Amino acid sequence: MLAGNVSSYMHGLINRGIQRFVIDSYGEANWLAATRQAGIGFNDFEAMWTYDDAITPRVLEAVCDVLGRPYDELLEDIGTYIVSHSNVEALRRLLRFGGVTFVEFLHSLDDLPDRARLAVSDLEIPRLELMEDSAERYSLRCYSEMEGWGSLFMGVLRAMADDYGALAFLEHKGMQDGAETIEIALLEREYAAGREFELGARTA
Amino acid sequence: MSEKKCYKMLDVLCPMHVIFDRAGSINAAGPTARKIAPDDLIGKNFLDVFEIKRPREIKSIDALLERTGVRLNLRFRSAQNRQLKGVVMEGPEPGQLIVDLSFGISVVDAVSEFDLTAADFAVTDLTVEMLYLVEAKSAAMDASRQLNERLQCAREEAEQQALTDTLTGLKNRRAIDQDILAALAAREPFALMHADLDFFKAVNDTMGHAAGDHVLQEVARIMTNETREVDSVGRVGGDEFVILLKAPEDPEVIDRIARRIIEKLQTPIPFEDKLCRISGSVGSVIAGDYLNPTADQLLGDADAALYAAKHAGRGRHVFFAPHMRETSQIA
Repeated sequence: MLAGNVSSYMHGLINRGIQRFVIDSYGEANWLAATRQAGIGFNDFEAMWTYDDAITPRVLEAVCDVLGRPYDELLEDIGTYIVSHSNVEALRRLLRFGGVTFVEFLHSLDDLPDRARLAVSDLEIPRLELMEDSAERYSLRCYSEMEGWGSLFMGVLRAMADDYGALAFLEHKGMQDGAETIEIALLEREYAAGREFELGARTA
Repeated sequence: MSEKKCYKMLDVLCPMHVIFDRAGSINAAGPTARKIAPDDLIGKNFLDVFEIKRPREIKSIDALLERTGVRLNLRFRSAQNRQLKGVVMEGPEPGQLIVDLSFGISVVDAVSEFDLTAADFAVTDLTVEMLYLVEAKSAAMDASRQLNERLQCAREEAEQQALTDTLTGLKNRRAIDQDILAALAAREPFALMHADLDFFKAVNDTMGHAAGDHVLQEVARIMTNETREVDSVGRVGGDEFVILLKAPEDPEVIDRIARRIIEKLQTPIPFEDKLCRISGSVGSVIAGDYLNPTADQLLGDADAALYAAKHAGRGRHVFFAPHMRETSQIA
């Protein structure tokens, strides 16, 4: 269950991401059912507003319930959605600025909270730490009091590996020393062609 | 250091460098410099390829030598739209000059134009971070702009649904219409007055809009004071007002109220150090005079009576009579 309060509010971008995931993947009716069940009193999150921290867990819980899906799986799917769906192309591009290769990208995750704040000054995401066990084995530690961010990053990493054309095996190791830990085994650095990334491409 | 080693070092540390000799002949260039150059650089004369615009026009290598270490503004002679900045220093070999180039602020366009990638910039170069920021900020601005548009729409919608005239605090047309419909539905006795200010345009024109606004607020105060809580007073146009008087339907009482309002309107209204002089004309209808009155009919007939009042000389109150309908339609 989600608990804790790292910051006193959750940024609208995150809530909005959840909303778009549900609508794009399961349709508007399911989203409306979830907001009704969560009893938050409105149906649309504004990306540039902030919301009380307690709202996000309630919405996620209701979404799980309405869709009949386990919490971890749902969050992983949300993570995949926010970087791979064509409706949210901007985030994929911003993440690709982290590095030319998937390994460089993994290393850039240490800076991710700072990068997020540079883009949107009040956007807070949990501190991330990448450990390099060998050239092929890494582990990512996600320091958040709110459980679920690790699963979300599982989805993000899966989608980004695909984006870079790398073949990686990911495993969520659960909570270890106050951090959700993801083990990353890099099987092939250049497994597939990966998706195009032009530095200068302008998003519409 | 061997020449080859030096070139290799410069390729990594500053991939947009150009190396030339005292005669100006270019003998090496970094990978990014070659990528953005309109033509092959090697063997060309530096000053034939580049135009140096600042600190001042430099036309000889000797003049350039006097400017080592300072910021240069330059551009390709054959691609003049692309501004570059750079700095020149003497190289380790005798007579060798090395210039390092950069796009400066035009980098965002240049990256698109030349399909540059992270590998085209030095590892320490912050260009990629800058591009990240530009894109991140555009995305954030875009989200904010969309939010603003939505808020603007919501505001317009709220204004449309509003029932109050913001200048005077009276009801607006919408609210008055609703009150009339409600009174008709309840089959209550009531009278409707349509009032129009006289000489208001002159106040507005000669004393300014601030004076005009002040007058309208005073008029609102007068009409509110001269009616009861249960009545409705609304501003339905620039200087047009509608008053809904709940029972009784006694014409004498209604006439007295109308006259009192007109009298008060004729009292000069001070504004700053001047006096605004207006008057008012009023036309009235009594709902009980109709078998099956409608809001449109009552408002239309009150308007016809108002027209008759104006026609009869300003500052009057007139009750509607059927013959006025013709006159007002002709008018």
